[in-house]
Amino acid sequence: MTVFNLAIELAYWQQTVIRSILGLVAVLLPAGTLVYLYLFKMMSFMQSRLGPMEAGPYGSLQLLAEVGKFLQKEDLFPRAADRVVFKAAPFVVLASTFLLVLVLPAGPDAWFINIDTGVFLALAVSSISVIGILMAGWGSASKYSLIGGLRAAGQLVAYELPLVLAVMGVVIQAGTLNVQEIVLAQANGEIFGWGGIGNPFIITQFLGFVIFLIAIQAELTQPPFDMPVAESEIVTGYLTEYTGMRFLLFFIGEFATAGIFSALAATFFLGGWYIPGLDPTSNLFNLIGPLVLVGKMLLVSFLIFWFRFTYPRFREDQLQQLAWKVLVPLSLLNIVATGVLKVVF
Amino acid sequence: MTGFFLSQIQGLDPLTSDEVLVAQNVFFGLIALVMILAALKMVTTENIVHAALYLVIVLAGAAGMFILLGAEFVAVTQILVYIGAIIVLFLFGIMLTKGSFGTEEGELRERNRMAILVSVLIVAVTSGSFIDSFRDAELNRQAPSTTADIGDSIFGQFIIPFEAISVLLLAALIGSVVIARRDQ
Repeated sequence: MTVFNLAIELAYWQQTVIRSILGLVAVLLPAGTLVYLYLFKMMSFMQSRLGPMEAGPYGSLQLLAEVGKFLQKEDLFPRAADRVVFKAAPFVVLASTFLLVLVLPAGPDAWFINIDTGVFLALAVSSISVIGILMAGWGSASKYSLIGGLRAAGQLVAYELPLVLAVMGVVIQAGTLNVQEIVLAQANGEIFGWGGIGNPFIITQFLGFVIFLIAIQAELTQPPFDMPVAESEIVTGYLTEYTGMRFLLFFIGEFATAGIFSALAATFFLGGWYIPGLDPTSNLFNLIGPLVLVGKMLLVSFLIFWFRFTYPRFREDQLQQLAWKVLVPLSLLNIVATGVLKVVF
Repeated sequence: MTGFFLSQIQGLDPLTSDEVLVAQNVFFGLIALVMILAALKMVTTENIVHAALYLVIVLAGAAGMFILLGAEFVAVTQILVYIGAIIVLFLFGIMLTKGSFGTEEGELRERNRMAILVSVLIVAVTSGSFIDSFRDAELNRQAPSTTADIGDSIFGQFIIPFEAISVLLLAALIGSVVIARRDQ
């Protein structure tokens, strides 16, 4: 595959600049795609309407119009707000998103960081957003915000556990915490000696996949887990006092995280950037890997948004019960079963 | 990781070469400065939520230090356990239990003398013992331990302490549930 050989020697700073720009793209592109494709269009079709149609063909420029609208708005602060905390909160949430994208590999050499503790790092930095949300809830000096922030924090802490435990099955099966090696383990895997499609972990870890998806949905505070921003009770929870650019930052954070979590699910359970039939070390994957990963990401996020538009909101107690009494025991069972089978086979 | 990567790109082995790692030292200085300032603000601020948020900066700085030392597993653990769990628990506790989030001068002033005494004692004891035990010791530049090594040693050599700690934590967990539900 010398045709696709892109091996150019780059200095460290050049690599860093390229990785930073690509990181920005990897955060913003999925966010925009998900908002237009699913939030604007799919939700409209599911509700028997057309959605945005005016700006550009099929409303494709609606996103730019929305961003323009938010940029024009006045930067308002509640009088009693703690300004520094209030201002910093959206950036803390976004920082968590940007750190999360680091661990995603998009090809054999196309990665941001390739470290031993990739999975662990992803799960650790995803928990930073809780602090941002608590900061927003407290800094706004508003009852709705505080209640929303506390609800969000309680929910995020509760669903972090199933999220982590669901991935443990994959980690046990792959025998590594390195995300790149998890992809390779699936690419080189065999199903009872047949290596035709590798061994995507969704087959053996289906329970883990389902738990992971539910936990993602809850971590994103999307319906049916949108108690923290329940508009009929607490306006929009911790977002109540935010307008303009700061609201937009939270919004981008939510949808970018949806994209990145979907990509992580695709990487852990669907084989990541690998498609069957090609050599996983081939240089070709540095080119098509990102596209494959985006395709799989769209597939997983389709599921997430399908549930989002379909189910009504959980009550707070139902939500906590689902996490602690159903998902955590199930994922622990999954870990035990995976561990036993790993030793037996 | 930054210093580690930089030296790798320049063709140096960061652990065996005698070169001074400039990038590593610069970043150490920056992180240390931020940590010290945040730590000072943390103890001097009178707003308890601000104190918790300054503590986040200090703990993140500690994670950065671990990364500079090539101990990425410890760094990530630091983020997951301290920033992701303990600080969230702090904030959660403060917001759920406090009637007001403002300053409470009287209460804090009374405790100041005791707090100063305790912190001076802690600094004296820890620095004394560190200086005493590592006085002339040269830093042993071993290869940074990989995650697999850490796992092997926890579940191999240190399995009994590990299990003992697990049981201890479980006991604390059950104890807190019992205390919380005493009235029922």
